[in-house]
Amino acid sequence: MADTQINIEQIRSDFEILNQKVNGHQLVYFDNAASTQKPKVVSAAIADFYNNEYSNIHRGVHHFSELGTEKFEAVRGQVKHFLNAKYLEEIIFTSGTTASINLVADCFARDVLQKGDQVVISHLEHHSNIVPWQMACEKSGAELKVIGMTSSGELDYSDFEKLLNDKVKIIAINHVSNALGTINDIEKIISQAKALNIPVLIDGAQAVAHLKVDIQALGADFYCFSAHKLFGPTGVGVLYGKKEWLERLNPYMGGGDMINEVRFEKTTYNDLPHKFEAGTPNIAGVIGFGKALEYVSQISIENIKQAEAHLLDYATKKLSEIGDLEIKGVSDKKAAVISFVVNGLHPYDIGTLLNQYGIAVRTGHHCTQPIMEYFNISGTVRASFSFYNTTQEIDFFVEKLQKVIQMLK
Amino acid sequence: MASIQDIEAEIIEEFELFDDWMQKYEYIIDLGKELAVLDEQYKTEDNLVKGCQSRVWLTSQNTNGSIEFLADSDALITKGIVSLLVRVLSNQAPQAIVDAPLNFIETIGLKAHLSPNRANGLVSMIKKMKAYALANL
Ligand SMILES: Cc1ncc(COP(=O)(O)O)c(C=O)c1O
Repeated sequence: MADTQINIEQIRSDFEILNQKVNGHQLVYFDNAASTQKPKVVSAAIADFYNNEYSNIHRGVHHFSELGTEKFEAVRGQVKHFLNAKYLEEIIFTSGTTASINLVADCFARDVLQKGDQVVISHLEHHSNIVPWQMACEKSGAELKVIGMTSSGELDYSDFEKLLNDKVKIIAINHVSNALGTINDIEKIISQAKALNIPVLIDGAQAVAHLKVDIQALGADFYCFSAHKLFGPTGVGVLYGKKEWLERLNPYMGGGDMINEVRFEKTTYNDLPHKFEAGTPNIAGVIGFGKALEYVSQISIENIKQAEAHLLDYATKKLSEIGDLEIKGVSDKKAAVISFVVNGLHPYDIGTLLNQYGIAVRTGHHCTQPIMEYFNISGTVRASFSFYNTTQEIDFFVEKLQKVIQMLK
Repeated sequence: MASIQDIEAEIIEEFELFDDWMQKYEYIIDLGKELAVLDEQYKTEDNLVKGCQSRVWLTSQNTNGSIEFLADSDALITKGIVSLLVRVLSNQAPQAIVDAPLNFIETIGLKAHLSPNRANGLVSMIKKMKAYALANL
């Protein structure tokens, strides 16, 4: 069977780092859930902007300030298109998923949540979608409720239904679990929340690189993700917020760009989206991100999804043949993430030895300690794939993994 | 008792015998397996050196100015390195422990394991060993 519909050699040549050698071996990069690699067009666009077109934006009448503003704002348009958002002003640039979630959590603590209210998250969240809500609850006196999980690594939907009531003021759930790969049924969650008029925030950090997100069809009130997990640069993120919500919430940070008029007696705020974008943004990063989005759309999320489904399938079968190895997270709806433990062996040891073969996997708790606690383990080894990975790489990985297991036994 | 410098030199010599990383790691893994298992009673929250990736337990004891360390880790490679550190620093005088440069880790090519990025508890363990020695000067 062919690897994919896409030309894998062509694609791999777009990512220079894939030719790097690590400890004498060709790099096998299976840490895509932590961050994806960048195609050359992204760094080229960033370098070009800094070298030939650089200026601050939104403030100057001069040539490069206008050009930069145009380019920056064009990326907002690309993101709107990428998510199929209704309005341009629903797209806020932040520094990443974490910043997007904190923005909403902090605004909710100040403008919405009251003592006795409830915030619902799940057992499957990344720490970035737990701690901001704990902080918001601490500030506002609201209570944090947690949807349970099942042994297959899915949300416990019956538990979710039990948690629904009119005290719940927001539900914050990840689209795809970074630790286990589970694709959560957020359609179901959103529709049940809608029935009670409860807003829903989706942490889409692990979803956007793997599946098509149509925000209007989904109906989520907020959707957060990071450019760096979508082949773009670090330090850029997106907060999608429904216009009604973004209009209702007060600004998160004060400063330049977010104001209309500043007087010592009273300052008035700028319109959306600038109301939530205080200070000079990561202009070059956003421009680089635009190139990443362009690159993704050329390949198409559909092709990416197909290629990754094949890799996931292939690797799952191969790994399942290894005795003593147990995959954590066995939902039949998964993104290309495989988390596993090997009986009696520590993930750190496995990761350390795989690195000697140039294989990059993630080990540890993956910023999801509650999930590890649920399984009563200290961590897992996580291999996460992207469309530029190959079945040959998986073969090499599985072969070396077996060797490593032998060394450690 | 051999000095810290002598023991470090001894370890460096042992590691010079290895031709490749595989032999080296096999040796470290063996050291990890051989290290006397720390009695459960010492695996307390107090003795735990928290790393993000692996956990290390350390207890220290001062007998007439000679400090003994007992340690353990839940990861074998970490435990192997723990065993080397215990071998170098145990049964030494407090001042010698405080002054120990511990260069051998770098010489035998294991410096990466002491990078904060590893979060394996080793850096904190060394700090704790030295702090104990300092308190017993
Ligand atoms: C599900 C999930 N949420 C949030 C984050 C945080 O993203 P960032 O560190 O880019 O802000 C991550 C990143 O690991 C993630 O996987």
